[in-house]
Amino acid sequence: MREVAIVAFAQTVHTDHDAGLTEPELLQPVIEEVRAKSGLRRFGFTCSGSCDYLAGAPFSFVSALDSLGAWPPISESHVEMDGAFALYEAWVRLQHGDVDSALVYGFGKTSMSDLREIMTLQLDPYYLAPLGLDQISFAGLQASARGADRAELDAIVRRSRADGRANPYALNLPDPTEEDDGHVAPITDGAAAIVLVAGEEITKYPRPAYITGIAHRIEPHYLGMRNLAQSTSTADAATAAGVGKGPVDVAELHTQFSHEEPILREALGLPEDTVINPSGGPLAANPVMATGLIRIGEAAQRVLDGTARRAVAHATSGPCLQHNLVAVLSSEV
Amino acid sequence: MTTESELSATYVLEFPGGYTRTTGPVIGRFLTELRDARIVGVRTADQRTLVPPLEYDPHTGDPVTEEFVQVGPAGTVAEWVWVQAPRKNHPLDRPFAWALIKLDGADTTLVHAVDAGHKKAMRPGLRVRPRWRAERIGQITDIECFVPDVTMIVSPVRAEYTITPGRALTRFLEGVRDGVFLAGHCATCDKVYVPYRISCPECGSLIAAERQVSDTGTITTFAINNLPDPRAPQVPFVSAYILLDGADTPMIALVGDVPAHEVRQGMRVRAVWLPESERTLAMTNIKWFAPTGEPDAELEN
Repeated sequence: MREVAIVAFAQTVHTDHDAGLTEPELLQPVIEEVRAKSGLRRFGFTCSGSCDYLAGAPFSFVSALDSLGAWPPISESHVEMDGAFALYEAWVRLQHGDVDSALVYGFGKTSMSDLREIMTLQLDPYYLAPLGLDQISFAGLQASARGADRAELDAIVRRSRADGRANPYALNLPDPTEEDDGHVAPITDGAAAIVLVAGEEITKYPRPAYITGIAHRIEPHYLGMRNLAQSTSTADAATAAGVGKGPVDVAELHTQFSHEEPILREALGLPEDTVINPSGGPLAANPVMATGLIRIGEAAQRVLDGTARRAVAHATSGPCLQHNLVAVLSSEV
Repeated sequence: MTTESELSATYVLEFPGGYTRTTGPVIGRFLTELRDARIVGVRTADQRTLVPPLEYDPHTGDPVTEEFVQVGPAGTVAEWVWVQAPRKNHPLDRPFAWALIKLDGADTTLVHAVDAGHKKAMRPGLRVRPRWRAERIGQITDIECFVPDVTMIVSPVRAEYTITPGRALTRFLEGVRDGVFLAGHCATCDKVYVPYRISCPECGSLIAAERQVSDTGTITTFAINNLPDPRAPQVPFVSAYILLDGADTPMIALVGDVPAHEVRQGMRVRAVWLPESERTLAMTNIKWFAPTGEPDAELEN
């Protein structure tokens, strides 16, 4: 495998409301920031993750290109998924060996519609979508299948919100109460970007965050065809990415619901002393389509700033953790 | 500066009339059977039954067989989550449960709604059956929802009777109509019973002597009632045992014209009668007993 490393990460100061910016306007400063951090103006490959249903605008990724400038023409691709999966595509593209840098970004505004019902549109159109099964409802079925201890979940919310308050990019959410229990990730607008470099190009950076392993696995879509109490696809991706080959200082997990943390922690086989979601995680800021990419960015940032030597990032897609991506970031190859 | 609200609008993204989708033979068979109020699963190569049917075995990726088998319609709830406030797109407009239901004969679970009435009616293991729509069109919503099996029924019980008070009570009510309380005196036991009776409950002798007792008496014990009763004027009301002067047994009656918290044992009371012209052969001739204002009486044990 060709060595690939993350050398720059940036994200918006996320908001819990529509701050009056379009998606390209939200994205532009973030692109500018990773350009400055990486010292690169142009990239061998560009890949983004977004979802047209969030803003209800067709081809929203096309208009987003205005925020980076696509002239002279650039090599670009897009996934209708979280930006983390765009990063995977960029990593694969860099394996070809003919380009040495990639720009990856994800963005989303969930303030514009009812996210819980927008998420119904991702379900199969024959058996699930006609029922009007919304995001909270299918997550509730998984929480029930897991049967997690309520006190454990409350503690996860308290920790996530406290960490989020210490993170200048996350929302400033108070300690949970009975009315605002915080088990569901908040509505958030935001964007994030990452720069990857490969091969010889990495040597130009004093402290890169090497992607020593990255893999994603998917399982059946229909909720009744799988065991919702665990995440086999995460476990398989973790094995393929080599999570267990060394200590894990930090793990950033794409937990949009508190009950997903114990499921993922178990699937990833994380040791007790691994710090989970020190950024606050999605329970403190969930700009959908950027949230997973931010997990990779936050994990990489800790390697870049020297506070972690080896970190794990997780991103998910689909209902009830259907599709999971795991990446291992390390200060050394 | 232009404010956000000045330039804010609502717009709708919609496929008018809905988006047309082909079903393929496997899903199409399931939906066709559903229209006929039957639920079928499809067999996989390793003889598992997938419900709802998929075109490929989710475990192996192999095509499923062409063998469809009827399952259910009853099944067992595996997992459930309660929806207290249904959304407009939900199948029911009242609180319900989402559930993963293992239909009898299936190896997988089906996602659907359960109309259980109350959260406490839901549990893993609950037996449920589909409630079919009368008009079925070949959609998963042809099953309106699932409902719990019948495990309980409500039995109405009602019988009508014609009752008469009997000789003793008739005689007592005649007294009440005339504004007096009639008692029976047992010569053997030397006891005076109110209301009037024709035999002594202690010795069984016939009671020959009819005796009139006073309409004043003493409260021996009482209860403050906070639940409304059609026979009482208001809540709270006081019902008491009243030992009429000259009687040896107390009589139950309401106490009125006094705040409930002032009623006490030993309190002296007098019957408040309806005006003579309104009296009938009924206990309602006595509105209640009201305090006389006399000093409290000493109660014997």
